[in-house]
Amino acid sequence: MKASAGGYARAESVRHALDLLAGSDGQGRVLAGGQSLVAAMNMRLSVGDLLVDISKISELSGIAVEGDTLRIGALTRHAQVGTDPQVQAHAPLLKDAVAHIAHAAIRNRGTIGGALAHADPAAEFPACTLALGATMHAEGPDGSRSIAVEDFFEEVFTTALNEDEILTGITLPIAEAGEMQILEEVARRSGDYALVGLCLAKRAAGHRVALFSVGPKPVLAMGAMAALDAGDLDAAVDALSAEIDPPSDTQASAAYRRHLGGVLLRRAVARLKGDAA
Amino acid sequence: MTEMFRDKVDVSLTVNGEPVEARVPAGQHMIDFLRLELGLTGAHASCEHGVCGACTIRVDDDAVRGCLMLAAQADGTEVWTIEGLTDTNAIRDLQEAFVVRNALQCGFCTPGMLVAAEELLSKGGTPSRAEIREHLSGNYCRCTGYEAIIDAVESVAQGRAGKGKA
Amino acid sequence: MTIPFNNPDRPNSYIGKTVPRPNAAKLVQGRGRYVDDIVLPRMLHVAFSRSTVAHAKIGTIDLEEAKAVKGVVRIFTGADLAEVCSPWVAVLAHLKGLKSPPQHPLAVDRACWVGEPVVAVVATTRAAAEEAASMVIVDFEELPAVTDTMTALDKDAPVIHPDLGDNLAFRRLHEAGDVDAAFETAHKVVSASFRTARHTGVTLEPRSILVDWNPAEGQMTAYHATQAPHMMQTVFAKHLDIPESRVRVICGDVGGSYGIKVHVYPDEVATAAMAKVMGRPIKFIADRLESYTTDIHARDHEIEAKIAVDADGKILAMDVDDWTGIGPYSVYPRTSAIEGNQVVNLCGGPYDFANYRAQTSVVFQNKTPTCQYRAVGHPIAVAITEGLVDMAAAAIGMDPVEIRRRNMYADDAYPATSPANMKFESLSHHASMDKLTEMMDYDALRADQTEARKQGKYRGIGIASFIELTNPSPFMYGIGGARISAQDGCTVRMDPDGSVVALSGVTEQGQGTEAMLSQVVAEGVGVDPSNVRVITGDTQVTPYGGGTWASRGAGIGGEAALQAARALRASILEVAAAMLQADAGRLDIRDGQVVDMDSGEERMPLAELGRIVYFRGDTLPKDLPRELVQTRHFITMEYPFAFTNGVQASYLEVDTDTGVVTLLKHWCVEDCGRVINPQLVDEQIRGGIVQGLGGALYEEIHYDEDGQLLNGSMADYLVPMAAEMPDMQVGHVETPTKESELGAKGAGEAGTAGAPAAVMNAINDALRPLGAQVTEMPFTPERILRALGKLQD
Repeated sequence: MKASAGGYARAESVRHALDLLAGSDGQGRVLAGGQSLVAAMNMRLSVGDLLVDISKISELSGIAVEGDTLRIGALTRHAQVGTDPQVQAHAPLLKDAVAHIAHAAIRNRGTIGGALAHADPAAEFPACTLALGATMHAEGPDGSRSIAVEDFFEEVFTTALNEDEILTGITLPIAEAGEMQILEEVARRSGDYALVGLCLAKRAAGHRVALFSVGPKPVLAMGAMAALDAGDLDAAVDALSAEIDPPSDTQASAAYRRHLGGVLLRRAVARLKGDAA
Repeated sequence: MTEMFRDKVDVSLTVNGEPVEARVPAGQHMIDFLRLELGLTGAHASCEHGVCGACTIRVDDDAVRGCLMLAAQADGTEVWTIEGLTDTNAIRDLQEAFVVRNALQCGFCTPGMLVAAEELLSKGGTPSRAEIREHLSGNYCRCTGYEAIIDAVESVAQGRAGKGKA
Repeated sequence: MTIPFNNPDRPNSYIGKTVPRPNAAKLVQGRGRYVDDIVLPRMLHVAFSRSTVAHAKIGTIDLEEAKAVKGVVRIFTGADLAEVCSPWVAVLAHLKGLKSPPQHPLAVDRACWVGEPVVAVVATTRAAAEEAASMVIVDFEELPAVTDTMTALDKDAPVIHPDLGDNLAFRRLHEAGDVDAAFETAHKVVSASFRTARHTGVTLEPRSILVDWNPAEGQMTAYHATQAPHMMQTVFAKHLDIPESRVRVICGDVGGSYGIKVHVYPDEVATAAMAKVMGRPIKFIADRLESYTTDIHARDHEIEAKIAVDADGKILAMDVDDWTGIGPYSVYPRTSAIEGNQVVNLCGGPYDFANYRAQTSVVFQNKTPTCQYRAVGHPIAVAITEGLVDMAAAAIGMDPVEIRRRNMYADDAYPATSPANMKFESLSHHASMDKLTEMMDYDALRADQTEARKQGKYRGIGIASFIELTNPSPFMYGIGGARISAQDGCTVRMDPDGSVVALSGVTEQGQGTEAMLSQVVAEGVGVDPSNVRVITGDTQVTPYGGGTWASRGAGIGGEAALQAARALRASILEVAAAMLQADAGRLDIRDGQVVDMDSGEERMPLAELGRIVYFRGDTLPKDLPRELVQTRHFITMEYPFAFTNGVQASYLEVDTDTGVVTLLKHWCVEDCGRVINPQLVDEQIRGGIVQGLGGALYEEIHYDEDGQLLNGSMADYLVPMAAEMPDMQVGHVETPTKESELGAKGAGEAGTAGAPAAVMNAINDALRPLGAQVTEMPFTPERILRALGKLQD
């Protein structure tokens, strides 16, 4: 299991990284924390990549509150997201998510931007950003652009980012007073990808529910959200069941995952109401 | 390949306190670099896809998977392996506790397990058994059933906190 | 003179005490020396191009692109190696009817499972070898594949090896008593279907071998991560046509084995063959992906079984129909029929009943070969037996502990012969059960369970009694013609400074063999264990022996060491008696000193005796024997196997909404005879339990119907990790075997044997009020919810 990389270049800045990508003849691959990419390379699922290592670009790391938004740099590591007081205060869902992401050593290297750009449908962060209504910020040869999270995740491992673009960070609306954010998931073992996971945010304007590990991309459960807003949990569970089309694999069938989505929704709502999960 | 990319990469780092300069293949991971180039065979390559933790080493004060970090990315870092941690007596109490409690059998996971455990212990306090289990949940041991490892780490935490013998 | 084991205050009382492992310190310092740590001059690396399909005729092989890869030195095909390595056939004469075709190190003509090695690429680095192997183009002309065990013998199923006639590798039917009559007249009959999943060992150190051939000396040296160095010496010698004396197998530190590393693997033999052809050292380290498709699998069984009981819960009869698929070849040289055979031998094991029928059907299929893996057959037999016993108890409204007490062999009933014809020297089922129920406070736990249920929590208690086969005699393999040694030897010598070296044929795989041997030798000679240097795993220097399997290290290797040590003690005392002009029978050796036996007065340090013997032999009487080195070999003679026994309990909680099982606690009481090192025995039990828990909750190799392995990575084949595992309380009853002075039986597999059944019974205990039951392992969240009827497809 020895990786076969086509080449490597260390980017000194975002501009430099974009130049490297532009010069890679389509073989460029952005290397951030490497916790998914290097594994894929070792397994020879990805061969001959020209690696653009952005991990040393300090401007892409960090967490800041800017008015009523929380900005998180793409290279901010999971471990930092999990312990940062501003994340705790303004986007507690992300902090809770970190505890479920793999294991300590992975969280020390993995980055939030890497996780979002990788777009693994079983990962926590994509669904979290969907539940929280994040905005993705990308830099490309023609400058920067923002992408609404609803438009960002397209397919398994596929996002709206162009090949010559780099995800530089995300912004999130900071939690309102009284907002509640809850993450529920079931995994076979601690740190495993969830069989199904569910993010629930309750805001003055209503509920937001996003699920992961239920299809090729994270799903915003609009029907369930509307039913919850109407105060009908049973209808929300039914709606949820109808609006996800989960996969079957060696860990669980679609039927199990669909059932579990409903269980997790009930548990999340119970926690909203202060009941023990 | 365009000239902007290199298939051999120059790196300069410190390993176990000693400066190292090397030219590494672009796709080589840290564990192969440490084992094949530097002869540091304490950390092991086992799954090479980031699941088992046998390759866990310390990079810039963090426990990381040696198989999920390219040697090319190690430029400018400070790396510690079980060899250096042993030579400097940095984790002697933990190593002794592992021996006394027989918290290892075949020993293949042990160097990685020790680095992971030390990261938890270095945060101070006396973690609960559940917290120890959770922290070590990314380090796979097929021999012990884990309980002896948890016992050993718990005893060191208590020892360092002055609450019992390590 | 015998050792008064019952007196813990006797001199040199190291046997029975926890002493540290001499090899642990180096392992925590990263100073272990595993095969992959070894680098030899001019060393090359091999990677294999493997079959990507389950069954195919091998057409043209295109090596052009692969040869062009920088670093490639040579490429071998099956035809190339067939010229230098003879094929093997894995059958045993005493397993009547067992058949298997000849197997080559690289596939010739046909590939029969996904992962079978087809082409070997030798290169200067593993990376180059892998790169080139990925460019080997083999034209696989696909043949129909057999993947389902239960239909492998159907008339329309393709026959994998036409020369063998059908896909039946082995079938054995055993019958005792009048089974049909017992079922017809029974008060209650309970039947169930069980399934145990296909497992693999997942040793953290992958399979590893480095072979060097010195043509000038005609000498092969293999550094091999193996459990059985002498067996491998024989295999390399036989199939590569080298005298056994010219094959040296060195087994240094081994990163876990559990039965995985006791078999002959084609890619490892290929490595040796290529080293011989090239005259250069070649290293093969299996990577994790090839481990999943090539390490042996095990436990892929489907079973229909039933039990008959009377109104008092007395077992009247058991009937078991076991089927297993073993892949396309029986694995050399132990064969792949043993596991099914063990199921027949072990079902019903703890219980005194008369009417027993069991049949195993072992079929070929196009999947990875299966073979012996920790606790061979035991977890399957225990799950069948204990599952049925619990179901019977529930059917007649009896407590699970009570029904076992009514059926287990009485502790004074031995010697006894089971309905499966297993001979028991002396077991302790009742004492073990008493100790278990006391340790776990059974009644309090039942109260807790009741209380939890009032709060809507479904907790369950599961009990599993078991027997375990250890210390095998030649009845296991040797009588069938396999060159697998059931005896083992130990050489113990005293060096001039009075320190002692012990060379043993059993091997260290991390279980603590070297610590055990150091204790035994220390007590046998009369020195501190720290003064005993133990050497294992080198066929050129250690006495011939079987190595590590079937929990034989302590019972066989330990006894050989004890006898060798006692013989050295006698030699030392004979010399000392001459020097001191004393009666050897009145002298003893204690803590490295020759002493007066009665008074304990020190007469001479061993270092002084060593100085005289080795450097001033002129001062000793001319005819005085002066060999301060003794070798003894040991083999069991009276019983084919030394059975042990024990009982486990699991306490757990089932989340009936998600199907997730949370293990709360686990207990085990076992009787391995003399406990030599309590800590090491406890840790063997704990490690074994967790391996069993893996089988109960997580481990399952999945194939699709075309024979493609679907979850061959560590991320997808789940094994137990720290967060989910419970704390385990271990207790012992000691019934030493009288076959040896040491009295030790094996302890390495008891944990794995009983844990899955205990968990199954606990889950079913939790689910019983809901009318649900699971019998198909692993007990995934989904299977539990399906049993509860909560899923709609």
